[in-house]
Amino acid sequence: MSEITSAKETAQADDQHASALFGEFKNVRKVFDVPGGKSVLAIEDVSFDLEQGRLVSLLGPSGCGKTTFLRIVAGLTKASSGVVQVRGEDVVMPHPEFSFMFQTPNLMPWRTVVGNILFPMEILGKNDKSAKARALEIIDLVGLNGFEDVRPAQLSGGMQQRVALCRALIHEPQLMLMDEPFGALDELTRMEMHDLLLNIRKLSNATVMFVTHSISEAVYLSDEILVFSKRPAVIADRIETRLPYPRTPELRYTQEFTELGHRAGIALGIAK
Amino acid sequence: MNWAQIKLAIFPIVGFAGIVVLWQLYTDFFDVSTVVLPSPLDIYYSVGENYGLPFQQTWPTTKEILYGCGLAIILGIPIAVGIANLRILNLTFYPLLIAIQSVPKVALAPILLVWFGTGLESKLAIAFLVAVFPIIVDTSTGLRSTSRDLIDLARSLRATPYQTFIKVQFPSALPFVFSGTKIAVTLAVIGAVIGEFVGSTEGLGNLLLRWCLIVGQFGSSAKVYSGV
Repeated sequence: MSEITSAKETAQADDQHASALFGEFKNVRKVFDVPGGKSVLAIEDVSFDLEQGRLVSLLGPSGCGKTTFLRIVAGLTKASSGVVQVRGEDVVMPHPEFSFMFQTPNLMPWRTVVGNILFPMEILGKNDKSAKARALEIIDLVGLNGFEDVRPAQLSGGMQQRVALCRALIHEPQLMLMDEPFGALDELTRMEMHDLLLNIRKLSNATVMFVTHSISEAVYLSDEILVFSKRPAVIADRIETRLPYPRTPELRYTQEFTELGHRAGIALGIAK
Repeated sequence: MNWAQIKLAIFPIVGFAGIVVLWQLYTDFFDVSTVVLPSPLDIYYSVGENYGLPFQQTWPTTKEILYGCGLAIILGIPIAVGIANLRILNLTFYPLLIAIQSVPKVALAPILLVWFGTGLESKLAIAFLVAVFPIIVDTSTGLRSTSRDLIDLARSLRATPYQTFIKVQFPSALPFVFSGTKIAVTLAVIGAVIGEFVGSTEGLGNLLLRWCLIVGQFGSSAKVYSGV
């Protein structure tokens, strides 16, 4: 567990300087051209500062542009205008120190679990013995031991998403961009995945941006929630959760939790 | 073996045997001329008499099929890769390919014969021509239907176009490549035999043709059927 432990130490070190600026987004705007010469304004104006080591949720109704925003941060889509900076540098293309997790597990059916997890290392030219060892450590961490050489088709949806999570962690990313990764899972599996992600955050120092349309998911996982309005997106509310760590399922039944959810609901226009 | 597996093995055999028996009964009871439809027994005897000849003639045909298919795979896959990845190539050649595909290759056989002679080359060319289309079409379809998210995954890691192709696009297109190849092989058989019909000194198609010509003289088509 050496590498993961060292990541933990770094994470603790980072906690002491928790206010370091990691990303800066100013007046980000995105217009999509659609066939027929028309255009759709997806993101009107989004600005916020992303602090190092935090988990920030982008919460909003479906189709509101939050995924588009995440893709812009990832460098997969270009903003029409505005400033998109991570660690002081403009994001013009994907960065190998970021990882992107998709709504679907998005695994390669022809590769085994280990093969899928090691894919980023192959692309980055770092697929050596220590990479393999790290893959096995992470597999152990997410509770997939014994499934190393199994192909994705034989795994349940939740297990496939665990593999995807491992793949997003293998190259020790500094920024994890998660696009509704648990949206397609059933309630119980999703709650398991929440605790797994919280556990992983104890061990990794990565900053996380997490897109979701589940209020309780956003409250449970986040340090900060950005509530997106309907399309075209603007930030309707910015909520500091200030919930204590470690977070356990009991937290879901506290008054604080309910109140945060209520506030998010108001910002989304579904509560008064 | 459980019952399901036994069923899998037995039922096709029973079906085949049933058809053969019905065929035999039909030719016996209705006294069908052997020129039109010889009975299975006639064919069986004919196979006995001419044993070896069809097998000898199988080799040239097999060779034509294998070479034709091999060439189709070797050339077809790179063409498909080009068409799938380069929009210019796609725009330029895809309509042309479809147009050529709609021309019956049998009609081209005499022309190819003029070009390549009656040897192996002309048959190889016909087998290649019919085999290459399903490979190009299926492979390029497969390459283009690679999951968008997998491509994005590769992009998010700044994979080179080569890495994306080798590690993502091509493996995900492989099932399509295989299904195209499967169709290509069966078509190549037809192509080779047709080539031999049109002009050849050997091969199964040529043998069938020769036997067909002597049906008139000897009054039985059992030989032709035995060749098949």
